[in-house]
Amino acid sequence: MVTDIGLIAVLLAFAAGIYSIVAAVYGAQSRRDDWVTSARNAALVVAPLLTLASLMIVYSNLVGNYRLEYTAHVSSRATPTALKITALWGGQNGSLLFWSWLMSVFAAGVMLRKWDKNRDLMPYVIAVTEVIQVFFLALVVLFANPFAKLWQTPTGDIVGAVFGASTLFATLSSIGLSGIAQTWFAPVGSLPFTPADGQGLAPLLRHPGMVAHPPFLYLGFVGFTIPYAFAMAALITGKTNDAWIRTTRRWTLMAWLFLGIGLLLGARWAYDVLGWGGYWGWDAVENAALMPWISGTAFLHSVMIQEKRGMLKIWNMFLIILTFAQVVLGTFITRTGVISSVHSFARSSIGVPFLVFTGVMLVGSVGLLLARLGDLKSENKLDSMLSRESAFIAQNALFLIINLAVAIGTYFPIFSELFANNKITVGPPYYDNVVGPLLAPLILLMGIAPLISWRAASPQALGRTALTIPGPVTLTAVVILFALGIRNPWALLGMTLIVYAGTIIVVEYVRGVRARHRSTGESWLAALWNLIGRNRRRYGGYLVHAGVVLMGVGVIGTHVYQLETQQALAVGQSLSIGDYQVTFRRLELVPSGQADKRIISARVDVSQGGKPLATMRPFQEQYTNGERMTPPALLGSMKEDLYVLLGGFESDGSLATFKVFINPLVNWLWLGGIVFILGTLVAAWPSATEERRALSVERGALSAAGVAR
Amino acid sequence: MQEARRKMQVAGGRLVITLWVGVLASLLVVGVVAAQGGTVTDDQVNAVAKKLNCPVCENVPLDVCETQACAQWRDLIRQKLATGEKPEQVIAYFRDTYGDRVLQEPPRSGFTALIWILPFVGLIAGVAILVVVLRRMTARSVAVDATTEASPVADEYRQRLERELEEIK
Repeated sequence: MVTDIGLIAVLLAFAAGIYSIVAAVYGAQSRRDDWVTSARNAALVVAPLLTLASLMIVYSNLVGNYRLEYTAHVSSRATPTALKITALWGGQNGSLLFWSWLMSVFAAGVMLRKWDKNRDLMPYVIAVTEVIQVFFLALVVLFANPFAKLWQTPTGDIVGAVFGASTLFATLSSIGLSGIAQTWFAPVGSLPFTPADGQGLAPLLRHPGMVAHPPFLYLGFVGFTIPYAFAMAALITGKTNDAWIRTTRRWTLMAWLFLGIGLLLGARWAYDVLGWGGYWGWDAVENAALMPWISGTAFLHSVMIQEKRGMLKIWNMFLIILTFAQVVLGTFITRTGVISSVHSFARSSIGVPFLVFTGVMLVGSVGLLLARLGDLKSENKLDSMLSRESAFIAQNALFLIINLAVAIGTYFPIFSELFANNKITVGPPYYDNVVGPLLAPLILLMGIAPLISWRAASPQALGRTALTIPGPVTLTAVVILFALGIRNPWALLGMTLIVYAGTIIVVEYVRGVRARHRSTGESWLAALWNLIGRNRRRYGGYLVHAGVVLMGVGVIGTHVYQLETQQALAVGQSLSIGDYQVTFRRLELVPSGQADKRIISARVDVSQGGKPLATMRPFQEQYTNGERMTPPALLGSMKEDLYVLLGGFESDGSLATFKVFINPLVNWLWLGGIVFILGTLVAAWPSATEERRALSVERGALSAAGVAR
Repeated sequence: MQEARRKMQVAGGRLVITLWVGVLASLLVVGVVAAQGGTVTDDQVNAVAKKLNCPVCENVPLDVCETQACAQWRDLIRQKLATGEKPEQVIAYFRDTYGDRVLQEPPRSGFTALIWILPFVGLIAGVAILVVVLRRMTARSVAVDATTEASPVADEYRQRLERELEEIK
């Protein structure tokens, strides 16, 4: 079969990865540069091979090759073409191949771009990335092979197997390798089987948000392997200066950005599709993606201290190990559903290999770190308790405590089941109570830390900048909010901190622009442009903070002030929520264009304070397999979203149940998300100044070495 | 492996049967008390259901769960409220029938109390470590200075670096 080309490509990539590890380590140990080059070339070959393999799956989905187990599972005749393509990552086996492919592309990118610059680290960067690559390929080859074909066993069962009927099935099963046996072989006497049609993707997964969400999440996950590999290479080679941090700064930032976008898309998908009025459910799978983002955020901040002051070297190593471990665990949880969760569409035999890999990886990394502790001494002391350094350290501590709290909430059910034989669910109330209060000091630090100078800050000077303008502005804002009727103490505290942090960002921008405008005579707009252009990290960072501030407004609005009601309405009847009235007009059947789907839409007229406002059409999608989806109809503004769901209804259309939410300020969340993305892009954008600076540092290092000689 | 899976299936089967018996029993209750009626609004029902999880699905709050079983459980809540039961009593009934997993908020007693204690232990330990580390980092200055002075290359390099960074500013 033509898809066997893909299978062969995966096997070759697997072999190339293993060869690359061996060659890289041998080359480095015996100082044979040709072996290292050969290792790199082998690693580079993995990318095109996996591209070919992925394309074969896409091709199989497109032509409807239902002999292939994976295609039969995720695609069907009725599946639209675009979804046939994205079905590559719609199921477990395909998504593991997709993960491996992304990984190979990242690895190839780093090997091509950083080959000359980091020759000393390169052999081990290759070895570490390829170990990770080979692990994922091993999962693909041994346990979750997307190239398995369908077979009918003599007992009539339909099974997937790569190589078909063989006595090896019984042999492998009998020696405890039933996972591999089931992936590779079918029981003796099995015959090829081709179903007439595939099952197609679960309806929930057909939304554009769910199509784009996994790739971004995976890009984030995969991206963090690069700084991790460099960190490990630095530990192995003993070249523990900050080269690994400088080299991977942009890669880390991009990984962090992709993970952030993945989280945002997931939230938007939940808001648009799941129909429960919210965007974040603290589900185990959501948390699994959030945790590496949290520790990654801590890492992004603390590496700045190492770059500027040569401190926190051990801490940074620890953070990147923790982040990568959480990436692997995140993939593990997402793909195996070990923690019961709404997202766990996939359960399989890859659990044990994942846990073993995570364990080995953790033991290996921490062992290396301990072995090099002596090399990782701080180059500088902490001059003062009131300094940028100490603010960053406090921020790091807070982030890790939050990370710990989320981890406890996520993993505790496993331990409860294991040790107390009591299955529990950790819902949002836990996180509201535990994580919520920890966000307050974090936002305060986010506001004030940029004002604290490096090394030692004078309390008087800090007091001046931190209070002169932000103080009165925040006070005024709080008075206004109070006058507007905001009485909830958490909302007031949150808004106070958010306004404070936001004001400081604005003041920082204004100060910078004004200084440039005065000294260079540029127009205000040009001054702003050049200010950002010359200090991308700083002002991009502020933009990211501004995005967080905006998101905070949305979170407080929806969290504290969400309204909801549910009522069954006869035709012509109304319900009211806030100052809206929602009147049910009629039900209608809308053509869906897909054979397996029926759309029932309700027409409701909305008026606000008695004035007609709009007609909305919430609808329900019913699938022939019994699944239902109730996406909301939205009427939005920066003030609030009116979020209308069509629940149940009488089949004659006389009565329908509506669930209606008012989500105050929710659009600030999405706006904040966009600002966050823009800010990260600004901070990561390569700039000429920065490259000149890097060059002069290298020159400096060279002449310093000359002096020593 | 296979054996474990089979056991799980059996256990799962038993669970499903128990749950369905529960559903049927509740339907009976619903039928009996339906006559008494009462004016419990959907919002009152949802307010209770929000604090519970669907007992058969994974991690889905009962107020948004779309399965038939959940719709019947919501009816059960309605009937119980109609007979004058307080929301806490309804929640307690669900907890007694289906176990702790139906609670959105984990109980604060027994082994599960740990989930509420551990984060605060973490917080206190974190802050304590933070204070100790910051103190040590400021106090250790003398020892570290001695080592940096011992390596003129690093010092030279760093001074040069600082100088050039200053110039660029």
